[in-house]
Amino acid sequence: MPNLTINGIAVAVPDGTTILNAAKTIGVHVPHYCYHPRLSIAGNCRMCLVEVEKFPKLQTACSTVVTEGMIVRTDTEKVRKAVTGVLELILIHHPIDCPICDQAGECGLQNYYMTYGLHKSRYALEDKVHKKKVQDIGGQIVLDAERCILCSRCVRFLDEVTQTRELHIFSRGDHSEISVFPGRPLSNDYTGNLADICPVGALTSKDFRFKCRVWFLKGAESICTGCSNGCNVEAHFKGDILYRLKPRENEAVNRSWMCDFGRLEYKKANDARLLAPFVREGGAEKAVSWGALVPRVALELSRAAEAGPDAAAVIASPQLSNEELYLARRIATELLGTRNLAFTHRAPGDGFEDGFLIRADKNPNSRGARLLGIPDGAAFDALVERIAAGTVRALLVFGNVVGSFTEAETAALLSKVPFVAQVGTNDGPVSKVATAVMPSASFAERGGTFTSHAGRVQRFRAGFAPRGKARNTVDLLVELANRMGAGWTFAGEASVFHALSATEAPFAGMTYESVGSQGQECKP
Amino acid sequence: METVLTTHFADDRYRGLSGYRRTGGYDALKKAFAMTPEAIIDEVKKANLRGRGGAGFPAGVKWGFLPKDLSRPRVLVINADEGEPGTFKDRVIMSRGPHLLIEGIVISCFALRAHACWIYIRGEFVREARILDEAIAEAYGAGLLGKDILGSGFDLDVTVHRGAGAYICGEETSLINSLEGKRGWPRLKPPFPASVGAFGLPTIVNNVETIADVPWIVTHGGERFAALGCEKNGGTRLIGVSGAVNRPGVYELPAGINLKEIIYTYAGGIRDGKALKAVIPGGSSTPVLRANEIDVAYDIESMAKIGTMAGSGGVIVIAEGTCMVRALSVLMNFYAHESCGQCTPCREGTGWLKKIVGRIEAGKGRVGDVELILDLCDNMMGRTICPLSDAAAMPAQSFVWKFREEFDRHIAEQKCPYGNRFL
Repeated sequence: MPNLTINGIAVAVPDGTTILNAAKTIGVHVPHYCYHPRLSIAGNCRMCLVEVEKFPKLQTACSTVVTEGMIVRTDTEKVRKAVTGVLELILIHHPIDCPICDQAGECGLQNYYMTYGLHKSRYALEDKVHKKKVQDIGGQIVLDAERCILCSRCVRFLDEVTQTRELHIFSRGDHSEISVFPGRPLSNDYTGNLADICPVGALTSKDFRFKCRVWFLKGAESICTGCSNGCNVEAHFKGDILYRLKPRENEAVNRSWMCDFGRLEYKKANDARLLAPFVREGGAEKAVSWGALVPRVALELSRAAEAGPDAAAVIASPQLSNEELYLARRIATELLGTRNLAFTHRAPGDGFEDGFLIRADKNPNSRGARLLGIPDGAAFDALVERIAAGTVRALLVFGNVVGSFTEAETAALLSKVPFVAQVGTNDGPVSKVATAVMPSASFAERGGTFTSHAGRVQRFRAGFAPRGKARNTVDLLVELANRMGAGWTFAGEASVFHALSATEAPFAGMTYESVGSQGQECKP
Repeated sequence: METVLTTHFADDRYRGLSGYRRTGGYDALKKAFAMTPEAIIDEVKKANLRGRGGAGFPAGVKWGFLPKDLSRPRVLVINADEGEPGTFKDRVIMSRGPHLLIEGIVISCFALRAHACWIYIRGEFVREARILDEAIAEAYGAGLLGKDILGSGFDLDVTVHRGAGAYICGEETSLINSLEGKRGWPRLKPPFPASVGAFGLPTIVNNVETIADVPWIVTHGGERFAALGCEKNGGTRLIGVSGAVNRPGVYELPAGINLKEIIYTYAGGIRDGKALKAVIPGGSSTPVLRANEIDVAYDIESMAKIGTMAGSGGVIVIAEGTCMVRALSVLMNFYAHESCGQCTPCREGTGWLKKIVGRIEAGKGRVGDVELILDLCDNMMGRTICPLSDAAAMPAQSFVWKFREEFDRHIAEQKCPYGNRFL
């Protein structure tokens, strides 16, 4: 633990810590562009120069490892002049197109200019080196070489993280620019991260460009629902529209990254949403109020349960949270007294996984469903057989697919059930044939926990209220259960989780506080 | 005056192995094999042999930076890139005395316990690369390279690696990157090459001239080599004099000889009877001297005292009538072209300097441009991974400091007072 002082403040940090990180521990921000905590140190932007006693030259804080007794100053005139000087040099070729640049609002150049720059340009306009503007270089990325400050983060990301090495720096001197080789565009499943790590507007997201100014966006801590890896994300929204997902740091799960497929998961919160409850009568959809619909669904389910053992059934979904699955299970077993309970996967796609973040299971909570005693596989197949045999009289389905059935197969199967109630977020094969459709909140509109493939229980939070007339699933299930005489007093997902952790061994002792923002391993 | 390197360079036969041997070539190697590696390093330290590539770091001390542990192979890399404008002495060694370099390499590798050596040669030195290849083939044929050299049990392979034409690859860490097949970008230090160098191995990078001095040191002893030069700067130096002199060329002279003597006695004084205007003393990156500053010893410390450097031994002589703005403009074009683009101050600064100096020379200078040059140089000096930024800023700064009135006149008159015009 070397002891040193930074700007006169004594600090002790572990061996091998750099000045930049040591400064961070005492709240001293050292400006930087090329340094990224997840990438190798390049030391080329030269923004992080600091004074170190006994060193004749300024040192880069990103690469200089602290030593015992070191005396560092980041607040001297010499340092300020160096930082300002570097900033001026970066800005001579960086176009000041902030008004149309998509990075405006979260641009390192803009931010540092306000702190360290505020200079008049001394560069002659005609001297500017022009580089290629809007270039589609593949993946989710558009490159504007003129805005690039050559920090090389993107090049290092593709060398070190994806190891696909599509981007290189070409040419020399002030003609240097990043680009791909002709005919060799970005070709990996993690290109979206390039827009995240680019400190300026050189690499922007094709999907997000010009959709919304970032300062209008609000964020909520969330979990990607694209697969069972449980990547930690930040959901960015304005009003009740979700605009993008950005990876949120979690060393144990996804570090600072997320895949391109997961990044586009946000669209599910916007597109093809079920926004108002309806019933299907004589083949026609008919809008109903929640007040009329919930009692009717409760009644139909209860009647089926009374009609005979296992005449009611519940098909759960691994897209549901632990809390929702827990309630669904209790409805099936305690209120309906049925053994017809299983969960159905979202169509697994091609089952692709890459050994990094992308998992074959494209559901966020299969592990949670199994831990809560809801089976899949053979149990689900058996349930389908019973439905096909016509023994099920009322069915509660979560989600919009059944197994890997096509739309026609789904319709054929569900036609065997006199009453099909669906709780779903998006339009799909089930909502097209269900007797009663109960729209539920998307992952951005509700809170709860998912259990990742690795058994990590992670919390996601509601960003905004459910769109349209959609309802929070927990609230909906509580009301439905109470209509069937449950007498539950749950108020929101936190209270459900409290009950769940009290009775379900894998989750024993967990609270929302202990799960925190980084998750907690469930008991084996 | 005793010479170390060039004694036989006038003899064309010296280039071949038999001619080299006739003058006692490879006797130093036999002597070295009878010594311990430590004893050889001691002699090099005693010799006060300072690196001849420009930085002037003591060679023996540098060798001592190799890790003690021998579990990883070590390598020697010869820096034969010689890209500094005004410097052209290593090519003379390689073309006139290639075996001198090879003998130096074998002795040095034996002392360093290295069994592989690469000669990284500037791509443009086509002829020198061919001569080296021929000499290396001869050496292999005679058992002077390869397995069990001269029955000593010592093995060594030497490979010539031709660069692809980048000045920056003369900087030792970008040279290593280039040798490894990567882009020639300088590496952040630490780690230093002595611990993690070429191919991740402990590496010593030495200039051609430095290594070519080693056989003489082994033959005659380090103290005698040291005595040839001056205090702290042992031996002789190959000094390449170019520009407006009567006898431009490469001269082997004792370290510490007077710069004025180099120009007037050895290089024959200024051409066409003109007066001396300025001297760039150690290759194009070193701060320029005015005519009245050249009565100075040509060694590292004396040159540092007057704010310049002996560098790589390239003395560029500028006569009266030469436009200093034009001269600087040529230099700035070079550095802007050669900046690798890695560090911001160099990438943007060299290009900016080129444009400012270029427009002053073209009669389009603006009031404030001279101050801008100085401030820009301030923002470039010592701010980058390698010294290329300094190499551009040092001449720019010194040209302005010492010939300020020429810059001011260019701006005031909006033309070159010397009638120079860019075509």
